Amino acid sequence: MAADDHRPVPGAAERPGAPGPARPEHGGRPPVPQPRARIVLAEVSRREDRADRTRTELAQQTRVGEALVRGLVRAQLALALRLSLVVMIALGGLPWLFAIAPSVSEVTVLGVKLPWLLLGVVSFPFLIGVGWSYVRLAERNEQDFTDLVQRPER
Amino acid sequence: MGNALVIPAIVAVTLLTVGIGFYGLRLARTTSDFLVASRVVSPTWNAAAIGGEYLSAASFLGIAGLILKYGVDVLWYPVGFAAGYLALLLFVAAPLRRSGAFTLPDFCELRLGSRRLRILATAFVIFIGWLYLVPQLQGAGLTLSTVTGSAYPVGAVLVAVVVTANVALGGMRAITFVQAFQYWLKLTALAVPAVFLALQWQADARPAVTPPDGPIFRTATAVVVEHPATLTFPDGEVREVRAGETLSFAPGDPVPEVSGVATDASDWLLPSTAGDDDRGLFATYSLILATFLGTMGLPHVLVRFYTNPNGAAARRTTLVVLALVGVFYLLPTIYGVLGRIYTPQLLVTGQTDAVVVLLPEAALGSGTTGRLLAALVAAGAFAAFLSTSSGLLTSVAGVISTDVLGRGSVRGFRLATVIAGAVPAVLALNVSGLDVSQVVGLAFAVAASSFCPLLVLGIWWRGLTDLGAAAGVLVGGGAAVAAVLVTVVGPPLTGWPAVLFAQPAAWTVPLAFTVTVLVSIASRRRVPADIGATMLRLHAPDALRL
Repeated sequence: MAADDHRPVPGAAERPGAPGPARPEHGGRPPVPQPRARIVLAEVSRREDRADRTRTELAQQTRVGEALVRGLVRAQLALALRLSLVVMIALGGLPWLFAIAPSVSEVTVLGVKLPWLLLGVVSFPFLIGVGWSYVRLAERNEQDFTDLVQRPER
Repeated sequence: MGNALVIPAIVAVTLLTVGIGFYGLRLARTTSDFLVASRVVSPTWNAAAIGGEYLSAASFLGIAGLILKYGVDVLWYPVGFAAGYLALLLFVAAPLRRSGAFTLPDFCELRLGSRRLRILATAFVIFIGWLYLVPQLQGAGLTLSTVTGSAYPVGAVLVAVVVTANVALGGMRAITFVQAFQYWLKLTALAVPAVFLALQWQADARPAVTPPDGPIFRTATAVVVEHPATLTFPDGEVREVRAGETLSFAPGDPVPEVSGVATDASDWLLPSTAGDDDRGLFATYSLILATFLGTMGLPHVLVRFYTNPNGAAARRTTLVVLALVGVFYLLPTIYGVLGRIYTPQLLVTGQTDAVVVLLPEAALGSGTTGRLLAALVAAGAFAAFLSTSSGLLTSVAGVISTDVLGRGSVRGFRLATVIAGAVPAVLALNVSGLDVSQVVGLAFAVAASSFCPLLVLGIWWRGLTDLGAAAGVLVGGGAAVAAVLVTVVGPPLTGWPAVLFAQPAAWTVPLAFTVTVLVSIASRRRVPADIGATMLRLHAPDALRL
């Protein structure tokens, strides 16, 4: 297991694959000659649009890049904390509720006492629902971030 | 018990497990195939495999047994076991996968760059893994002796040998297929008999689960006493029974109350209330905390995330796991509740962990249907022991082979597997009398107090330092380990100390978080210089491929 190549290198967040058999490098063979092209400086500067610059800023840990990442981390953490607050109130409140208001646990729904129904059945779809909304919202946060980084300058 | 179908069913499950393992062995060629399945496992397979690995003896047998014994209060076990995946999803799944860490020690080194912290984490991974393996092997021994009358060590050694050989020869790629198969087997093995049991309950004119006079025996039952106990009969008679005594009950006889078991209907049916006993509430919240936050720290759960191709896939896989596990946890409650009607003798013997295995024949009679379903349930129970032990063994062996033996080779991994499998097998043979669910609960508490703060703060807080993480793991995890040792080998306790040691999470988890944060702030200058790059790597969307 290649644990030692986990060094975080900027710009190398994803290793191309697990270490497998060495990929054949095109060593030995002469590089295919590229057709010559005329490079106009104005074109280069135009191509270097804002998206590229932002990505470079991210990778090179400039002030702007760091602020962007901080914003994303904060948004994702706020989302996770908000949803865990929902779970904490909805599920974590139950033992307390049953303890201070014993009459609540005497309620019978469809022949089943309420605590059994809430804990044995309802809690599972509730947890899945919270998880589902988290995945949706977290992916939206990431999409917003990607759009921000890749949006061409207008 | 004399059910001739049980042994063939157990043999079939074992052979299928080994068979799929060897089929996978032919596919596993390189070291990376062997260890991380070359990350070609699809999310659905991966989710079923995580579910299969996660649903252990505690889930398959223990929860139903606890519900039979203690009633509504222990429904927090299944809820917490499922909710643990929600906490994992919210705080850990995607960033951990993007970090590229394969094990918890990897994550420590990657995030904080400290070799010493890595060693500390390795020690905890091995401790939690073994703590979790022992009850699995014990459950296997108890189940096999319950259904076939074999000696206790047979089941424990059988599972230990099969699992060690399978992991050593097939590695994780094979295990992925095995685990996914085990999930569906376990679900079927509980769901199909549950349908028959519910129909039988209807056909029996829906006998009350909590008759006003307490549970009664439906059939003539003989109970052999194994440990001395005090029985209280409903007419007020108190009787001391000695080991070896046989008690006979006629149909319609009330079930006597054994010291420490909730035979009383309202105790069983209703949650514990405030007032004279705050310890119950404390224990409930402690259990909630341990199970919610402990799942992310279990070594065999984290290894699986590496087989996802990227962070978004890890997130989706976790959601599917949450759904699969949630569906499964609807079932043990049915067994625990119907056990009050059909197997009340377990309340007297105290072997409530056997309720899932015994219920089909007790309710449906020993006709073909009853025996087939009993065999199916026994097969499912064995699937539970095999799959969880395989997962734990793979991760413990992985850690031993890279961090203790210091070799990444296939041969090193095989050697590590044998070491990792032998220790819990010896422990399981020598330490008997541990309660399956309680030990599993303690493993969750240790994981929640050691790795949960490390992971959550490591992923979300830039200020974490290696000193802070080490102090948190040592103090929080150490306190939880001490509580485990006191509970398992210490003197019997009563009152508050008993609760504080048996359910330690409510004080050890906050302690671990506090110590980690305070020491990190005090050692602020040790924050890694490349923290910005690490955070970018953990949180940047996969689409950017930065």
